Amino acid sequence: MYQIKKDRLPELFAAMAGAQDLFLPIRKADQTNYGLWTEEVQVDLDTLKTVKSGKDCFFPQSETLYSCKNEDGKLSIDPAKLTDEPFVVFGMRACDVQGLKVLDNVFLNDPVDSFYGARREHGTVVAIACHEPEETCFCKVFGIDAANPASDVAAWFVGEDLYWKALTEKGERLTESVKELFTDGDDTAVEEEKKQIQAIIEKLPYSHLDLSRFTPERTMELFDSPLWEEMYKPCLACGTCTFVCPTCQCYDIKDFNTGSGVQRYRCWDSCMYSDFTMMAHGNMRTSQMQRFRQRFMHKLVYYPANNDGMFSCVGCGRCVSKCPASLNIVKVIKKLGGEA
Amino acid sequence: MGECTCGGNHKSDMLIPMIGVITDIRTETPDVKTFRIVGRDGKKLFEHMPGQCAMVSVPGVGEAMFSITSSPTNKEFQEFSIKRCGSLTDVLHGMNPGDEITVRGPYGNAFPVETALKGENLLFIAGGIGLAPLRSVINYVLDNRENYGTVEILYGSRSADDLVQLEEIQQVWCKTDGVDVYLTIDREQEGWDGHVGFVPSYLKEIGFTTDKKVLVCGPPIMIKFVLAGLTEMGFTKEQIYTTLELRMKCGIGKCGRCNIGSKYVCKDGPVFRFDEIDELPPEY
Repeated sequence: MYQIKKDRLPELFAAMAGAQDLFLPIRKADQTNYGLWTEEVQVDLDTLKTVKSGKDCFFPQSETLYSCKNEDGKLSIDPAKLTDEPFVVFGMRACDVQGLKVLDNVFLNDPVDSFYGARREHGTVVAIACHEPEETCFCKVFGIDAANPASDVAAWFVGEDLYWKALTEKGERLTESVKELFTDGDDTAVEEEKKQIQAIIEKLPYSHLDLSRFTPERTMELFDSPLWEEMYKPCLACGTCTFVCPTCQCYDIKDFNTGSGVQRYRCWDSCMYSDFTMMAHGNMRTSQMQRFRQRFMHKLVYYPANNDGMFSCVGCGRCVSKCPASLNIVKVIKKLGGEA
Repeated sequence: MGECTCGGNHKSDMLIPMIGVITDIRTETPDVKTFRIVGRDGKKLFEHMPGQCAMVSVPGVGEAMFSITSSPTNKEFQEFSIKRCGSLTDVLHGMNPGDEITVRGPYGNAFPVETALKGENLLFIAGGIGLAPLRSVINYVLDNRENYGTVEILYGSRSADDLVQLEEIQQVWCKTDGVDVYLTIDREQEGWDGHVGFVPSYLKEIGFTTDKKVLVCGPPIMIKFVLAGLTEMGFTKEQIYTTLELRMKCGIGKCGRCNIGSKYVCKDGPVFRFDEIDELPPEY
């Protein structure tokens, strides 16, 4: 365990950023999101939930896959360069770290998505324990411990100090590179902090949601539930829930004409949109109820069926606070799960 | 996948296509053309099995999944029968032999021609452009004739002009021993002295025996009534195979579009047995 005074964090950031790109939560235009650190940015480590999760450090909202040229009818394809330089993402929370594991099961399973794979290989994540989990948090439901973020490095803010503990080899390498800024830390303060965090979590309103009814065996029963018709109605199909979600992985592949060629890029997409499944011969999900149902069935039933019971929700609560129609997965879990 | 020659540091990704050259285009119907594709070296782009699909693209226009209509027994090229019905297919229909496109694949599973279908009597039921994936199986079966029993093909279309691969049907399939072909069109038409009527009703008129496996592909409404007809005739769902079509972007079970239940049609399909489909939410 190492320790550094909070007011020396700019030195720590400068040291890390000297050797590699450093992404961390930055306050800009009244929002906090992950961005590249420079001396000028306003680092914001107080905001518990960045608007978007740290997902786009590994699975960017938009990225070029390859460029294409057509010269006198001859095509050429130039694949985009894969990330081959190390980088650090500082400040992710335990829920978002688990979100990466959910994405890993999709992108790192055969055939591996090499764009994502290269970023996972070269990225080191420093995760911070949540000093004060909020009312919209329910990570505990998914077995995530916000007091012990399971990442390359786990960090805790206690009083005027940041405590730092490497948990993986990558974390140890990063620690080694900035070690001269640290002093040896004592576990006692951190252990006390963990207890306080866990005590807060225990009392959170959504910490004890019951997921026991969401099993693959109940797929058709849940799919056919009349409750969907009732639940989806306020949904505006804006897709906000999918864009702020740390586990949503659906993407589109599109072309951008640069004038001298074509860039084929992929970008986040949303199952909430009607053209997501639109084909020449029709659409398999013509109503918003069907699209709404797909999103939650995928998170709570289909994904777990393919991934040894791991849910594709991490309880970050972003959809709870961001949905303009006050819909969210908590309501779905409660309704379908048999609670009021 | 495609070997890149750019000298970059990347490893080739499944999403990076190969360059394909169109060597032949056949006009099948007013809105269907069959494209013959090879690599720049003049050789087949990849090996596939009947029922598999590939992503065909015109850079700057789009990329879409098409079933491979040629049989794997064809060692020279791949063929795609493509109906003109959107922006990409519009541009493809305007292309000429010698033009280049991109292709990646093959994707998905295949009809179990070497396992469950081997040694069996086979009944193929197709409607319109739905013949495209079945043609791959039919020609595979005909090229390995000794491995299969009787072959019956029921194929229908809106009009006589909309029957794809008509030349091959008449010149090859109809003339092969042990192969019976039944053609039908939806409405009476001058110059057509064959059967008139929808595929599902013709199916019942003919009244096939149930000692066979059935492979069905066509518009969803046709599939629905064919399935009902077959069930009425005593076929079980375990005897019937089809291939599903859903919107796809990646082809490798990651982009999420073709997800039904815990299955991804691009990866776990597109070929399913009907009892397997029965276990899925009805979203196809």
